[in-house]
Amino acid sequence: MNLESFLLMRYELGLLAVILLLIVFEIFSSKKQKENLVTISIVLFTIHTLVGFLPLNDGSLFGGMFRTNALLHFFKSTLNIGVLILLLQSADWIKENVVKQNKSTEFFILIFSSLLGMYYMISSGDFLMFYIGLELATLPVTALVAYETYKQESAEAGVKFILSSALASGTALLGVSFLYATTGTLYFDAMAEVLTISNLSVLGFIFFFSGLAFKISLAPFHFWTADVYEGAPISIASFLSVISKGAAAIILMIILFTVMRPLMPVWIKIIYMVTIATMFIGNLFALRQKNMKRFLAYSSIAQAGFILLGFLSDDQLGYTTIVYFVAVYIFSNLAAFGVVQAISSATGKESMDDYEGLYRTNPKLSLVMMLALFSLAGIPPLAGFFGKFFLYAAAASKGYYLLVFIAVVNATISLYYYLLVIRAMFLRKNPDAIPFFKSGMYMKLGLIIAVIGILVIGVYSPIYEYLYSISNSFLN
Amino acid sequence: MDILSLFVIVPLLTVLALVFTKGLKQVRIVSLIGMLVQLAMSINLIFAYLKERAVNNNIMVFVKDYMWFEQFNIHYTIGVDAISVVMIVLTSVVVLAGVFISWMVDDLPKEFFISLIILSSGVFGFFISLDLFTMFVFYEIAVIPMYLLIGIWGSGPKEDSAMKLTLMLMGASAVLSVGIFGIYFNSNADGGALTFNILEIAQVNIPEAAQNLFFPMVFIGFAVLGALFPFHTWSPSGHASAPTAVSMLHAGVLMKLGGYGVFRVAMYLLPLGALTWSNFFLVLAAIGVVYGAMGAIMQKDLKYINAYASVSHLGLVLFALLMFNKTAWNGAIIQSLSHGLLTAMFFALIGMVYGRTHTRDIDKLGGIMKVLPFIGAIYVITGLAYLGLPGFSGFVAEMNIFVGSFEHTDTFHRVLTILAVSSIVVTAVYILRMVGKIMMGPLENEDFKDLPKATWYEKVGLVLLLIPVLIIGIAPFGLSEMLKESIEPFLERLL
Repeated sequence: MNLESFLLMRYELGLLAVILLLIVFEIFSSKKQKENLVTISIVLFTIHTLVGFLPLNDGSLFGGMFRTNALLHFFKSTLNIGVLILLLQSADWIKENVVKQNKSTEFFILIFSSLLGMYYMISSGDFLMFYIGLELATLPVTALVAYETYKQESAEAGVKFILSSALASGTALLGVSFLYATTGTLYFDAMAEVLTISNLSVLGFIFFFSGLAFKISLAPFHFWTADVYEGAPISIASFLSVISKGAAAIILMIILFTVMRPLMPVWIKIIYMVTIATMFIGNLFALRQKNMKRFLAYSSIAQAGFILLGFLSDDQLGYTTIVYFVAVYIFSNLAAFGVVQAISSATGKESMDDYEGLYRTNPKLSLVMMLALFSLAGIPPLAGFFGKFFLYAAAASKGYYLLVFIAVVNATISLYYYLLVIRAMFLRKNPDAIPFFKSGMYMKLGLIIAVIGILVIGVYSPIYEYLYSISNSFLN
Repeated sequence: MDILSLFVIVPLLTVLALVFTKGLKQVRIVSLIGMLVQLAMSINLIFAYLKERAVNNNIMVFVKDYMWFEQFNIHYTIGVDAISVVMIVLTSVVVLAGVFISWMVDDLPKEFFISLIILSSGVFGFFISLDLFTMFVFYEIAVIPMYLLIGIWGSGPKEDSAMKLTLMLMGASAVLSVGIFGIYFNSNADGGALTFNILEIAQVNIPEAAQNLFFPMVFIGFAVLGALFPFHTWSPSGHASAPTAVSMLHAGVLMKLGGYGVFRVAMYLLPLGALTWSNFFLVLAAIGVVYGAMGAIMQKDLKYINAYASVSHLGLVLFALLMFNKTAWNGAIIQSLSHGLLTAMFFALIGMVYGRTHTRDIDKLGGIMKVLPFIGAIYVITGLAYLGLPGFSGFVAEMNIFVGSFEHTDTFHRVLTILAVSSIVVTAVYILRMVGKIMMGPLENEDFKDLPKATWYEKVGLVLLLIPVLIIGIAPFGLSEMLKESIEPFLERLL
């Protein structure tokens, strides 16, 4: 192994460098200099994101514990863009609240550490690396969920999150140990060769899947979602619902289609049932939510159910569609959370009722929200439509017409509650509407990037085609 | 740039220009220019089509094909035949009239016209598409602005009506999408590649079991928009709550997407399924025809009367399409046109009366003719055309439909036809009663003595709609001749 091969870990090394630079900055800067911290962090991360676009070879390190390929390369860049948008959107909030408490560097360090954990998690080639990545991705978020220490809900959400994620990690670990017991190896490739359907291996799979289902908030493992989102700062709720969920969905896809391939007859039935349950539970609970964070929490549960549709199609079409939908979902949901963030940091209001009459006072924000929600609902020509349509196509291509039918019924239910927000913003006239306010430059930039994503990813077909060309690179 | 894509591009450019306008005046002018260009293009399209048809014998002309999503074999494929051409002309006439009728919208005018024109671009795109995916995209684009249009600018219980309408139509399109997948994944039944292209799928023999399974999904998916009984319930409340121009556009144009889709997709691509299911849906359509007419008799609100009348008249379109013969189909298409124009006129007139008297209750109106002679006269003409008086388009359409329906000699079809014909009488009852009550007779309310006369833009809007009604009514042969060639290839699939 030569030194150059370490460059396969370029994303990880780059992010580590950013984290270290921030630590150095924290130690050596004066209080006055710290006011520039937000800008510095965003600039550093932007550089990191741009470097990420440079071409990267496929390969593996440490005897196969770490690997990278074109699909992961693409997906890490997508996560980078997502985190960048998120940082831009939360810049105002950080300046207002976090910098004053003199703990803003930690905020960035924690969020970047969690991202680093996700990199390792999706790049993992064996279960040990996977588990380390999973923990590294989860633990910093716990601190972030409880970041608004002066708010009781935030602390409560932090406790809820750490308890449920500890349980989830433990369950997953138990599953892995069962799998280890049946196969005698932790390496993905080696395990795939010897894994057979037996009671122990199926049990191991179910435990492992349950642990991961916590992270993606699939039913019936979704109970923590709404409470944690509601208590956490908005940018962290957004991080959990977008970045964390996206990364977990990708690693689930990789593991199911590589390591767990011998168990496919088993897991395809489980996925089938979990999809239906998740879509219905997410959608039906979202119908009556008034708090925007809870609303988006249930909406994101329902969206996770849609992602699972792609898992039923074991071919290039299916893989592409999953990754594509996750990318689309990242942009759409970030735009929605961005608007909630903007309104909350300007006025402190988070209820759907407060949004009444918003269009007449803040037309641009309302339009962004409308685009985001229509994209989540799957209305053409926005990206969400293409994502959903292709997911249905992937499931239908294997003959699951009944499931597609259930999914489109769910899409119609979801349209109802997305329209409720639009009704509040556009249809209602309200003399006490939130008055006009100006968002900061970072916020505007964050929303604009997300909206461009919503408008372009769908209609502009080369993105899908590129993804298709690389989508089965993870199988080798 | 090809001649057809312009029909989508011009509205989008108009929308783009509208974004930068300031004030009601600029908004009006930009919308007017955009839609005038659109009308000029569609009239030009008729002549271009006739010229092209003389030398080109394909089912569709002006076909253009651009690859979109290669992996799914999704193309942006466009092309027209005579049926789409006349539908495009209808759309551009109604949209332009709608712009005139909405001249005085003062609440958020910019947003109103942007939504209206986005809706129309969806409709234009739908009529030119030859690819199921593209068609579906445009279909949804045409439906969704309706929510804002009714919800913001409507009247009465507008929020609930808008929600009901949107959910029912989007639910229908969801069912439709399953049907489209069914067609798509069976389009390789003969060993070719999977395709969304309508003309290519028509060459494939899709297995009969699949056709029987997916035909009802596609049919219902489209027919909900065509107010098929019992899925028509969105229509009365939606139309009653919508602002005038939106009712015009929705009843006049958008509901035609239903019949057009049934004809172009459901029956053309799944002919065996159509034959299996035709009797079932025929009964539903016949019920719709009679039920709509009966419903209209019972109503007191002018908009409700017209909405139920639309259910009845569009039921007739589906009824005729399910008869599977040339005369009836010819009638169905002319009925679509005629109903589109006449119902748009009705809604425009109702809007004008309502705008002046602030009531749509028949009992409170009377003798309007004396104070509003122009509006009154056009109202009477529209009413007469609507109930199928010879010399107007309605007569030509219904004549064709019933002659065609009667060509079937079996008892089942005969009974249903007689049932449907009875709706003509009922139509005459409610139209004549309505016109007689509100236009003729003594002036009901002294406050209505000094109602303002029709303004120039209202007159222009009405005349614009009246001209094609008269043309179709007096000289239907040119139109029938043009449609005949385009109907044949579709009919062949069902024989």
